[in-house]
Amino acid sequence: MDNLPIKMRAHGVDFFYGQHHALKNINLDIAKNHVTAIIGPSGCGKSTFIRLLNRMNEMVPNTTLTGKIYLDCLDILSPCIDPAEVRRRVGMVFQKPNPFPKNIFENISYGLEVNGIKNKQLIEDRVVESLKKSAIWDEVKDRLHDSALRLSGGQQQRLCIARCLAIQPEVLLFDEPCASLDPISTRKIEELILELKKDYTIAIVTHNMQQAARISDYTGFFLLGDLIEFDKTEKIFKAPHDSRTEDYITGRFG
Amino acid sequence: MQRHFDEELRKLKDGILIMATSVDQAILESVEALKTLDASKAKDVITCDQKIDEMENTLQEHCLNLLACQQPMAIDLRFLTMAMSITTDLERMADLAVDIAQRVCELADKPLLKPLIDIPQLTVIAQQMIKKAINAFLNNDADLARKVILMDNEADRLRNLIQKELICDYMAKDPTTATRAVPLLLIARHLERICDHATNIAEDIIYMIDAKVVKHHPENL
Repeated sequence: MDNLPIKMRAHGVDFFYGQHHALKNINLDIAKNHVTAIIGPSGCGKSTFIRLLNRMNEMVPNTTLTGKIYLDCLDILSPCIDPAEVRRRVGMVFQKPNPFPKNIFENISYGLEVNGIKNKQLIEDRVVESLKKSAIWDEVKDRLHDSALRLSGGQQQRLCIARCLAIQPEVLLFDEPCASLDPISTRKIEELILELKKDYTIAIVTHNMQQAARISDYTGFFLLGDLIEFDKTEKIFKAPHDSRTEDYITGRFG
Repeated sequence: MQRHFDEELRKLKDGILIMATSVDQAILESVEALKTLDASKAKDVITCDQKIDEMENTLQEHCLNLLACQQPMAIDLRFLTMAMSITTDLERMADLAVDIAQRVCELADKPLLKPLIDIPQLTVIAQQMIKKAINAFLNNDADLARKVILMDNEADRLRNLIQKELICDYMAKDPTTATRAVPLLLIARHLERICDHATNIAEDIIYMIDAKVVKHHPENL
């Protein structure tokens, strides 16, 4: 990993949905201020993996998790850790934009209020800052009190990123954030991710190989619950080590 | 899984094989023209170069189209970028055959300075290197490509031998031989450069197959 500072580390992680062994002894480091892409065919465990990074899978009944996951030096699976605090530090953006049925301003301020912030000026400053960081400010600054549901898909997704940023996370997890977006909106999100990595550590699950190649620094290839290969992105897409990775990324798979 | 893309790659390989055969023929004919001091044959080589130039353009265009539309990765990406590099080398080899043909035109109205022994031998090496390199490309054979690279030493040795002989045994002793010796010296140089391009192709093939950079890194061979 070129001696980069590691922001998150999965160590010997196994995960089961009931009897189904969904992740098998995963060891993977996520470098600070870099973009790590997770690729692999449907059902390979890539979404399951990133959901473990902010303890989202705990909400799924009948699951078992063993191994360690660290955020900096913090063992986030430790019983004494509050999952809500983990999720504040490790935010997530989903495949389908999911703004609240509220106005644009409230979509951002809501999370701040839930987190106990009452100072109106601070909230307003944080809303503006988040919208600017998410590259949507210019498009919404004159209609902050319009319903968020009236925004386009791409704008809604950037609003969801802004909502995430408002509570000042350290890590951003993206689960196929462009799957429902047109190419222009996709490009905007990709540019945004490249911009955001200066301040945040990013992990992204994507089915789009070119997207992984364009925006990530490191790429992990998952297959049937195994991490087959993890390396620098250019190495994975130029000369992967494992023939299964090569078969997948060249479309020979299956 | 069978891919339509594989059919496109096969067409590209066929195109490169046709181009390589034409280049090989141009080199052979330029040296044949030298052996018989046949200016007309030499001019044919010069004329035919246009077709090879066109082949290069067509193949490069094909590669670019595939890069743009198929967005290849890994082995496919290495194949296409190396195919572009290989066609460039082939075209330069054809240009060197033209250079040889032009030297033949300069020599055609004069008797040969000496019987040709080493130049035909150097030509044989160049042709073997081209044939082996193209076979390595067509059959994804990195070991054969390695053999091509090793042959380049013999080509360099022969070129040095020819150069030394022409300078020491002829031009130094009788400067009036220069008008006939210099074109031969240049021909040896052109043939040796052809071998260098065959070496480039072999290096590209090794990168294409093993993703290992041997260009400027002989220790990786």
